[in-house]
Amino acid sequence: MEGWLSYGSFFLVFALTYAIVVLGLNLQWGYTGLFNVGVAGFVAVGAYTSAILTTPDASDRLGGFGWPVATGWLAAMGVSGLAGLAVGALALRLRSDYLAIATFGIAVTIQLVATNAKALTGGTFGVQFIPKPMQGWLGTGLAWNLAYLALVLLLLGAVYWALETLVRSPWGRVLRAIREDEDAAASLGKRAFVFRLQSFVIGSMLMGLGGAVYAHFVGYIAPEDFLPILTFQMWAMLIVGGAGNNRGAILGALLVWGFWAAGGAALRGFIPQGEQARAAALQVVLIGLLIALMLVWRPRGVLGEEVRVSRGG
Amino acid sequence: MLQILADGLVIGSVVSLGAIGLSLCFSILRFANFGHGELLAWGAYVALSALAVFSALAGGAHPIAPFSFGWPLLAALAVAALAVAALTLVLDAALFKRLRRQGAITLVIASFGAALALRNGLLFLYGGVPQYYSQELQIAVHLLPRRLLGGLRITPDQLFVLALTAVTVVGVHLFLSRSTLGRAMRATAMNPQLARVAGIDPERVLRATWVIGALLAAVAGVFAGLTVQLRPTLGLDLLLPLFAAVILGGIGSVWGAVLGGLIVGVAESVAVHVVGAEYRAAAAFFVLIAILLVRPTGLFAEKT
Repeated sequence: MEGWLSYGSFFLVFALTYAIVVLGLNLQWGYTGLFNVGVAGFVAVGAYTSAILTTPDASDRLGGFGWPVATGWLAAMGVSGLAGLAVGALALRLRSDYLAIATFGIAVTIQLVATNAKALTGGTFGVQFIPKPMQGWLGTGLAWNLAYLALVLLLLGAVYWALETLVRSPWGRVLRAIREDEDAAASLGKRAFVFRLQSFVIGSMLMGLGGAVYAHFVGYIAPEDFLPILTFQMWAMLIVGGAGNNRGAILGALLVWGFWAAGGAALRGFIPQGEQARAAALQVVLIGLLIALMLVWRPRGVLGEEVRVSRGG
Repeated sequence: MLQILADGLVIGSVVSLGAIGLSLCFSILRFANFGHGELLAWGAYVALSALAVFSALAGGAHPIAPFSFGWPLLAALAVAALAVAALTLVLDAALFKRLRRQGAITLVIASFGAALALRNGLLFLYGGVPQYYSQELQIAVHLLPRRLLGGLRITPDQLFVLALTAVTVVGVHLFLSRSTLGRAMRATAMNPQLARVAGIDPERVLRATWVIGALLAAVAGVFAGLTVQLRPTLGLDLLLPLFAAVILGGIGSVWGAVLGGLIVGVAESVAVHVVGAEYRAAAAFFVLIAILLVRPTGLFAEKT
């Protein structure tokens, strides 16, 4: 029983942390039609920002400022938002696939910095001893896992509520109008670039928050936590759940993370001990197939975009 | 000085060949194909397997002096080119063709997924350890002594890559400008509706685009394996340079892609000397950012 509870809380903390990131991606893609291929980069910026600010003093790299965890998370959102602002200001004026290429480029560059700028990020060894909030009175056992799960649930609820309020507001209506017909929106005096940039920055901030939540749960981050596969998992979650639907984004995160974990366990069962690296490769191939099948057979996802009818307009 | 330039041109010729295919794909299939780098990687690895078979049949690699390789590698190159062409046609029929109506971004997502599956497929089949076509060391030839602009040394293999790249690029140019199919491709790139009215079968043009992109990618992949090494992340590492070259040259322009590829190659080579090898990949990103800021249509955008 306790084993199941322990595994379940682990599983849910990861799935719901990713759900925060997928909600950010959903705001960018589902509601605004912005294609971000650099999700892993924005998540990494958040994770590293909070890790550097909150860890105790470290001799071999910058930082170890020992800030409280909550301020680290806020800073993570801020710095990821700034990264989004820089990329968005550059690429959002151009055709949509340029944004995809630019975000891919920024993710590759962030990965390079994380791996090589030892003085800032600890290089390939990463950042260790990231403080786990509330650990002082809960210890490291199951109680802490469950408490962290509750914290993540609370955060996810707040993010969900804020996003639902946003996309139902006039602001959200303008986003969808621009996505569907930019010229029509422009003729009503809505500057598409400004709205896109706002949406892109808010989405990037949520990705940064997700990264910080991840870092403080695991307690240790390294560059290989933020490879392109992470970006792809987030996309798989959004597509499976249904883009343009916040509940779909959360459902997708749970389903795909479940599929990923189950696929990994099954492959580890079939493939002998010495070949675990190959099993991991096959796991990625499987998720690639899942997303291809989903795109071909059910492009709207499990839930699909929510139909919204303006009332009293 | 000259050495940095020469090294950059060798890297750049690999990028150029890949970028031509990516650029044609961009302008005719109308989406940014994030799987294009994997075509290079698959070309390189299929050639490795074919090389093993041919070498076993021939009882050795039969190197033709002064190169490190002989006819088995050239035959393997042909096999790899055909195999990658077949791979793209299968991918198109199974995946991209079904998604074409849903718009460019769906195709981009699909290509991103295909890229991950292809890359990890290689990792599964061949493992992560870097491999080489030949274990033999090659002696670089002194083209210029040290006192002339720092000297210039280059291996025969690198000269072969440069020469064959030049021949291939001229061949692609002649194909696109002289042959009926090539003209049909350019017509489709400029105006698909008008091309269809003129009796051009769009599906045939799209298949031709895949095949040409695949052939060039396989050659580029083998060149990358010949001049650097084979590793499963080859395609991922080359993707950003490829995109930078395409946008730098202007989408749809063959000569633009070639020039863009060479510029990106030289930029990488300069970056290795100035900031060190670990930040090499960032060079392509800065070229990309610069061109997006200054002239997002590229140097040689096709007039539309």
